[in-house]
Amino acid sequence: MKAFNYERATSLAEAVAKVSHIKGAKFIAGGTNLVDLMKLQIETPTHLIDINDLGLNKIEASADGGLRIGALVRNSDLAANQQVRRDYAVLSRALLAGASGQLRNQATTAGNLLQRTRCPYFYDTNMPCNKREPNSGCSAIGGYSRLHAIVGVSNSCIATHPSDMAIAMRLLDATVETVRPNGSTRTIPIAELHRLPENTPHIEHTLEAGELITAVTLPKPVGGTHLYRKVRDRASYAFALISVAAIVQRDGTGRVAVGGVAHKPWRVEAAERDMPRGAKALTAGILANARITHDNAFKVLLVERTIASVLNEAKA
Amino acid sequence: MTTFDPSRRKFIQTTAASTCAVITAKLTTEAEAKSVLQPKQVVEPAKINILLRVNGSEHQLMVDPRMTLLDALRERLQLTGSKKGCDQGQCGACTIIVDGRRIVSCLTLAVMQEGHEITTIEGLGTPTNLHPMQAAFIKHDGYQCGFCTPGQICSAVAMLDEVKAGMPSHVTRDLNRSPEMTAIEFRERMSGNICRCGAYSNIQDAIVEVVGERV
Repeated sequence: MKAFNYERATSLAEAVAKVSHIKGAKFIAGGTNLVDLMKLQIETPTHLIDINDLGLNKIEASADGGLRIGALVRNSDLAANQQVRRDYAVLSRALLAGASGQLRNQATTAGNLLQRTRCPYFYDTNMPCNKREPNSGCSAIGGYSRLHAIVGVSNSCIATHPSDMAIAMRLLDATVETVRPNGSTRTIPIAELHRLPENTPHIEHTLEAGELITAVTLPKPVGGTHLYRKVRDRASYAFALISVAAIVQRDGTGRVAVGGVAHKPWRVEAAERDMPRGAKALTAGILANARITHDNAFKVLLVERTIASVLNEAKA
Repeated sequence: MTTFDPSRRKFIQTTAASTCAVITAKLTTEAEAKSVLQPKQVVEPAKINILLRVNGSEHQLMVDPRMTLLDALRERLQLTGSKKGCDQGQCGACTIIVDGRRIVSCLTLAVMQEGHEITTIEGLGTPTNLHPMQAAFIKHDGYQCGFCTPGQICSAVAMLDEVKAGMPSHVTRDLNRSPEMTAIEFRERMSGNICRCGAYSNIQDAIVEVVGERV
């Protein structure tokens, strides 16, 4: 690990001011992803601002009948929250499909959204990676790419976003609340938080330097049957090959988001009108313009079949 | 065991230290001969004075911010029950209990844990006064080499508390009801603890015994 200084922030204003003014400074909350990457010197912060004492760990009703989830709410607490289990079950299901009991006790809501890819070449500092080192090349293209993205990819990067939780948040039209270094606040629809790789895969989200996520809000519950199906190489504690999050209403309409296929949680609203027509039509819309490799071609059919299975389960 | 452990540990430490010394000496000579390495300014981060509360006792420590909680427990407090398996949060061998909740101690920094109540395997029970989970692991042969065992036991103890508190899991059928104490729940909830020897079925039996039900 590279040397860094550490301090605990006592106020939001202090935290954002420090991270924006000190070169190489970063926030730390759960630390499960950041500490791991620091050991490998993929992340090399010069200064860590610990935000765990800022009180951003509450889940409360929002003014418009939705739910406001503090940035520091641990994944296990969010999954176990009674209102989430009742009204946003797809979010509980997605959280519980991710990581392990220990990691869910540490990992936070905002940290989960901002976690880095698990592309093996991003982790292997002996190999070129445009995300780790801009313009060094992409080892996954033409390399071992079974786990990689099939939509929204570029010639620079085919990494996926690893989160399960983020897929459910995208499905639920969550909004991210932030505070900027100058103290002003803004809200970002989750669809606009994560970026596609294009030719700058090292820039993964639309937050400004020093901008801090303070909460994630969910709109009023939409009802329906909530499902999250994760397909992975072992039954538990593994990242998704692909995952499908869905809310299906009684009349057969609904929404779908897909994980493990893109650099961001993948949802194509325009394709959702085809849900009553079945999995094939729906998948064609969701994965339009897919760009596959020899290794990950199987994901197209896997998504279609998983959607078919989820739609069947919703009917049952 | 009690007499063998420290001597084995000391042996490993001595051997490792002398090996390191040899390597360092060799590198320095080569570097000097070739004059390749330029002297670099070493940046030492400010050490931080922290108060760690572990197994009911308080410890004042001066630590480098880079030190993980696992390293602080093992190298500074000589609590070597918690094991360093992967050091990447993937194996669970370093699982400990902080404020009643299980976490992996390799992915948190010691400086972040001031003010928290830390429990390690050494705090759960002693050889003469075993925790029921420790006794059940022995009775059911819930280990072979034993390396993952302290993490398995800490994880299992806190896992049962999570079920009791009504926290759901990936295999809980109805999210709106309390989860049940079933073998299938235990399997899923213990997936963060890897056992290379494959003692899973015996670990399962040990947990079931502690729950006190045939499940």
